[in-house]
This record gives sequence, structure tokens and C-alpha cells, in this order.
Amino acid sequence: MSMIHVTTNVNGDDVEFLCDPRETLLDVLRDKLALTGTKEGCGTGDCGACSVTVDDRLVCSCLMLGAEAEGKSVTTVEGIADGENLHPLQEKFIEYAALQCGICTPGILVATKALLEKNPDPTETQVRYWLAGNLCRCTGYDKIIRAVMDTAADMRKAS
Amino acid sequence: MAMDHDKTNGFKVVGTRPNRPDGVDKVTGRAKFGADAYAPGMLHAAIVRSPHAHARILSIDTSKAEALSSVKAVVTRADFAEGLTGENWNILENVMAGDTALYDGHAVAAVAATTPLAARDAAKLIKVEYEPMPHVTDVDKAMAADAPIIRAGAADSSVPSGLHANVVRYHESGHGDVATGFDEADVVIEDSFKTEATHQGYIEPHACLAQLGPDGKGEVWCCTQGHFNVQKVCAALLGTDSSQLRVTASEIGGGFGGKTVVFIEPVALALSRKASRSVKLVMSRSEVFRATGPTASTSMDIKIGMTREGRITAAEGIFRLQGGAFPGAPMEFTAMCAFAPYDLNNVRQIGYDVLSNRPKQAAYRAPGSPMAAFAVESVVDELCKKLGLDPLEVRLMNASKEGTKASYGPRFDRIGLVETLEAARDHPHYSAPLAEGQGRGVSCGFWFNHGGETSVSLALSEDGTAALSVGTPDIGGSRAALGQMVAEELGIPYEKIRTTIADTATLGYNEISHGSRVTYASGLAAIKASRDAVQKLCARAAAKWGIDEEAVVWEDGYAKPSGPNAGSFEPISLAEIASTMGQTGGPIAGHFEATPEGAGVSFATHIVDAEVDDETGQTKVVRYTVVQDAGKAIHPTYVEGQFQGGAAQGIGWALNEEYIYGEDGRLQNSIFLDYRIPVASDLPMIDTVIVEVPNPGHPYGVRGVGETSICPPLAAIANAVSNAAGVRLKHLPMSPPRIREALDQQANG
Repeated sequence: MSMIHVTTNVNGDDVEFLCDPRETLLDVLRDKLALTGTKEGCGTGDCGACSVTVDDRLVCSCLMLGAEAEGKSVTTVEGIADGENLHPLQEKFIEYAALQCGICTPGILVATKALLEKNPDPTETQVRYWLAGNLCRCTGYDKIIRAVMDTAADMRKAS
Repeated sequence: MAMDHDKTNGFKVVGTRPNRPDGVDKVTGRAKFGADAYAPGMLHAAIVRSPHAHARILSIDTSKAEALSSVKAVVTRADFAEGLTGENWNILENVMAGDTALYDGHAVAAVAATTPLAARDAAKLIKVEYEPMPHVTDVDKAMAADAPIIRAGAADSSVPSGLHANVVRYHESGHGDVATGFDEADVVIEDSFKTEATHQGYIEPHACLAQLGPDGKGEVWCCTQGHFNVQKVCAALLGTDSSQLRVTASEIGGGFGGKTVVFIEPVALALSRKASRSVKLVMSRSEVFRATGPTASTSMDIKIGMTREGRITAAEGIFRLQGGAFPGAPMEFTAMCAFAPYDLNNVRQIGYDVLSNRPKQAAYRAPGSPMAAFAVESVVDELCKKLGLDPLEVRLMNASKEGTKASYGPRFDRIGLVETLEAARDHPHYSAPLAEGQGRGVSCGFWFNHGGETSVSLALSEDGTAALSVGTPDIGGSRAALGQMVAEELGIPYEKIRTTIADTATLGYNEISHGSRVTYASGLAAIKASRDAVQKLCARAAAKWGIDEEAVVWEDGYAKPSGPNAGSFEPISLAEIASTMGQTGGPIAGHFEATPEGAGVSFATHIVDAEVDDETGQTKVVRYTVVQDAGKAIHPTYVEGQFQGGAAQGIGWALNEEYIYGEDGRLQNSIFLDYRIPVASDLPMIDTVIVEVPNPGHPYGVRGVGETSICPPLAAIANAVSNAAGVRLKHLPMSPPRIREALDQQANG
């Protein structure tokens, strides 16, 4: 099967790759671009571990084809920090122990960052429903929700 | 310098809440999990699985797949060791079917190809001819006279005669005389309960990268709770030497017991041996559900007698567990945990391990205990209701304490059940008013906890820092807790210690991270290894000062003379001694190799408020409080995390999660859309109360905390839902259809 040539931008870097038409954006990020921070938990769009933003829209990268990234701008967990400075969400997740095994953490951080960019002052219920597409099996979500609420409050104060 | 002293107060690092050492890696995407490893020239593998619940394998034609240029190896059962016996045979039979496919999803063949897509395409070209056979997936049906025999001769000598061949193990325990006990009761309630199988639901599917050469030397990278066990099992299944196989544990994306078992690593090794290239094998989510190790499903009968005042006079339980097509359903744990919270004169419990055409069950957080608690605590709640007694007061009146003869045999050492019950009773949650349509439930839960073979090494560096190597994969933040214990002993800052999960070539054998053992056993080992290093540090100081080693003490990171008689010398810091260790006798390292056996048992009491929608049967958990004895909480935040995580998994088990098999014996809900685990919008905040009744078997009093937290929720939620709905729910999960059915049955009398 012939490969498709794709030109796109990932975390600010211009990149090119060849992909099989059946390969997902998740496959490409991990296997072709060595960005393994984005995780596959289900491959069916149910767990959110593969969450990335494409042109600022939150998507499950397992539900999008690699070829569809042509001309787009993709942000993954590797693109959240500003160089060596962690994003406030990243800092707070560590401080609150909002992760145990950490496999869902990349997706939850990408999804939460997208939420706070849309809505800097969400209620607990809004955070819970926004994150309902990101499964975490370790924490019971308690410390995740607290970390997100506290980050949002800090970021509002700082802005 | 004494080695074996216990420390119960004056902690400087233990009990604080430092950041975890793997935190930055895990929030930046840098942490390497099972599927995140790549090797030069590696191949990708896919597994061919049985679409039948039970079928004879007549032939396997691999020719079409092998004809593809992208395909580099195909393996079947013939590519594994022959002549295995006992548990090794069982594991191989599960890893790759022999003559018979025993469940939907059972591996039959595997292929390695140049890309993941090529491997998947090639797997579809492998033609397997099956002869379907009668199957059974329900535990009660599997014990019935007309059930198909799944494996003739699989029963061991414990099984009494006259039972179906699918009953492969039998357990009976207890003490006193239950018949007399029931005669003494004012009220006796007898009832039957069922729970469906659930999955641990870790978000990371099993994944490995393996290489095995013709010289018998190999490497495995995999997500596992126990890489030493992976080494041992793979060596046996491949017919190679353990020591020639080096296994490295990746970061692990959840396990909860489900990654104590070997499924794919031997397959990747067999493919690698055949192809002479590294092979990566990653399960899909559907494969995880169909072909790893869910829990047993259960069918249980409980009978309890109580006096008017609330004293339990006798208790009896029969526990039937199906654990798939292999022996091993944890029915003895179910039986032994069932009545452990109660101080009973007359108790008897019976367990049956039953085969069915399902995947071989694996441990799931306190394996077997949550189901028992569901059944027993439901009956205790009914007794309280019938007698008009407060459920916590009744549990306090009957609670096991130090010296109680446990329902499963031994006498309890120091335990904290009464303390958790009192904390629950005094918690504002227990007296808070309930809204219309809400019900409150409470339950106790019990788990044994475990020690196990443990080996650690602690190396000091010339700059005064320390590297702790342990062999127990970190499944809950244990690297932080272990580092804290070393910091406490050495008297240097927590940040100066790096804890690594070492590979199998680095340390002696370490048992799997299971049985809530890591903070207890690896923690005890880290403390003892630190004391070993401290003894050596003191010896260097003694040599420098020209005094006896016994005349040197270690305090807050400094060697000091033990008193005025020892002489007058300036204290020397760890960093100073370490900086010259090359010239004063060589490297300083501490070690510990042993099998700690003092893992203290653990109890918890949970309180939950639930709201049931009569019309839809939908349940919402509106408030939840976990009270549990941690012995000593090394890192309280991570202890809370274990409490909350166990409660959340219990909520899923109680309300939603179940394996649903069709008439054809195939699993009908093998993706997260259909096997729905709790999401953020399903749950409330989960309050925690850490009770600390020290475990005499650990220098700081630590008890394992990871598993006990899932023991009470099934029962507590069942009690809350039954109170809210006004009808007793006896079959888990209490999904909307089951609640509607129970309400309809009650309405129709």
C-alpha cells in the first residue's frame, strides 16, 4: 500500500512523515515522531489517554488519521511546558499527587489545559463533566479535581 | 549501633508529603511505560485468538501468513517448552492454547512482522480449524450435573467425592459449633448473593519488548508488577536459564493485581528467538478484556444468627467462585476474609473453586475479599434493621480485636478495627441528615497483607547522596515512601536519595508487588539496608577516632561519640565519611535480603450515601468516607490516594462493571464504552480518615494499605442502595436494570 506524505506542525516544530492511510494520528505521533507521551489506552476514543489538541481543538488522537494532520498544528503533552518551566497544571498535579501510575496524566493535562483556556473559572461540576472522557483508574479523581480547581484559581490570580 | 530498634515517634521525614521522584517525568510525557520502548530493527507482533468459548483445535495453517515478505516469524504451542508440569503447565496452556481453546480470546498462534499493521494483517491470514464444544460460563451452571467438563482430572485431593469435575479445589475452615450457635440466636437470617466478574481496568494495556538469541541470552522490557516472576516464568516456558534472561520493569500504567500474571512476554520471546530480531507486543483493549485476568464471579450463601442485643451467635458461609478455565479462583481468601471483622465463637466457611470457559482469573486488589464482605455485611445490615439496632454499634459490639481468635484460625495481634469503627461513628458524615431518596450504608472490610521475598541495595555516593535499588515495581508512589524511610534513617534530605526499580540482574529475587507488600516489605528492607550502611559509616568514624565501633552512634546524619566515656570528637557527617570512603576501606553500601513475615492485617470501615432514581434505576453516590488503619502512614497523601482509588474501583464494581457473556460464550462488552468504569462526573469527592494503629511487624509500624480499601465498598454501597430503594439488592453490579427488576419484584409481591 502506498504511503501518504504529510506536512504538519507538532509542538511548534515543522515535521514531515510518511504514513499508511490506516495509521492514526496516535500511531504517527508515537511510532514515527517518537512522541510517546501520548498514550493508547483503548484505541476507541473511550479513555482519553491519547488526548491532543489539533488547531486548538481537543481530540482523541486514536480517532483521527495521521493523514488528516496535513497542514494542522498539533499540541501534545510534550508541548505543554515552557522549556524547563512546567505549566502550572503540571506543577499542581505533582504537588497534589493528582496522579498515581501516571498513564492517564498526559491526556488529562492536555484536556484540562484546553478547558482552562476556554473557561478559566470552571465549577467543580464543569471540571468533572469536561474530564468525563478521560479515564483514571487509580485516583478516584478526587485529587485531580482539586488540583485543577486550585490551578484555575492560581491562574486567575496571576492574570 | 543497634539494628532492630523500632521507631514510633520523633519522625522528621516519615509522615511528611514530599513530591514524588517520578512526578516531573509523568507530567511531561517523559516516563517510559511498557509500550514506549523501541529497539533497532524491531518487529511488531499480533496474536491470533479463539472466537469460541470452548473448541478443539483441529489444525492451524500458517502458510499464507508466512508467505508474506513482511512476516518474519509465526509461533504456535509447538514453539514452547514441552514436558512442563504443575503451575508452569497451567501458565503455558493459558499463554498459548494446546489442543483446546478454553475461552473466547484464548491465544492460538502469533505472528511477528515489520510493522504493527502488517502483523495484524498477517494474523488474519492464519487459518485455524476448530471443532466447537459445549461451554459454560456461569459458576452455578458450571457446578450443575449437566455441565460440560472443561478439564477432566483437574481437581486436586481437597475436593470431596460426588462433586462435578469442574469443582477443582475445596476449602473448609472455622471453629466452634454453628448449630448450637444458631440455637442461641433470637434472629437468624439466611440469604444468597451473586457478584459478576470485573476487570482491574488499568488504563495501560499489557506491552513488552523482547529479544532472545540462539545463545539463550535474552532481554525483556515490560509493564509488570513483578519482573522477577516474569523472568522465572519466561525461562521455564522457553526452556532457557533464568539468569540468562534479564527483565526490566517499565513504568507501570496501573495493575491492581492484573499485572502479577504473565501473558505476552513468552510469546514475544518465542517470536524473537525464531526471527532473530527484537519483538514488540502490545495488547489492544479488547484483548485485555478478553484474555487477561479478570476477577472471579461468585455465588454465595450466608447464614448469621444474632441475639436481640446484637451479639452474633453463629455465622456460616458457602462461597462458590469460578475463576475461568484454570484452577486458582481465590475462594479460600473469600472464605477466610468473610467473617474476619467479627469475634465469633461459632463460625464455619466453605469454598469451591470452579472451572468455566472464561479467561483465568487474576488477583484484583484483595482478591476474593470484597465479594465476601458484600454478602456478609448485607446480612448483618438486615439483622440490624430487623432488630432496630445501629449498624456501627453492632459492629463495634462484635468487633475483632487483639487476642481474638480469627474466623480463619490464628489469634489477631494488634489490630485497628475498633479504632476505625469509632472514627467512623464519630465522623460528621455518620450523623449528617439524608435527603429524600437517599440511603446510607456502612461496611467493614478485611485483608491479610503480605511480606514476601525481598532484596534491596543502598549505595552511598562520594558526594553524600544515596541510591536505593529495589525490585518491587512502583504501583502507587512507593519510590517516594521508600526514599522517605531511607532519609529518616540516614539523616540526609529526601531529595538526596534516588530510588530505582532495578532489573533482575541487579538484585536477589523479589516477589511481585502484590499483597500490599511494597511499603511494608521493601520499606522494612530499605530501613534495614540503611541501618547496615549506617553501621559501616560508624565503623569508619570509629577507625578515624581510634575508638570501638560500639562507642559511635548515628544521629541526624552524623557519626558521634556515644557519650563522654567514648572520647571527645567533633561529629562527622555522612557526606564527610562518604567523600573519603575510597581511602578508608572502599565503597559503602547497605543490603537486605530476607522474607519479612510480620505484615500486619488491616481493617477499614466505609460510610456511603447513595441516591436511587426509582424510575430509571440509576444510582448516584453522593457522599463517601473511607476510614482505614494504615499502621503508620509514611506519605499520607499517597495513603489517601490508595483509600480513594480503592473506593472508586469498588463503586464501579458495585454499580456498573461486569463481564457480560452471550449465549455463545463470547464476551459482549470488551471495550471501555461497554465496560463502563467510573468517570469523573460519576463520583463525589472521597473523604479519608487515616487511623494509625502500629503494626508490631514493621520498624515504623507500617501496614499495607493498597488492598483493604476495596473490601468494604461493595457492601457499603449495597447497604446504602438497599436503604434508599427500600429493597435488598443481592446481585452485583446493581446496574439500573437490576435495581428496576428488584423494585418490580417487590411491587408485585
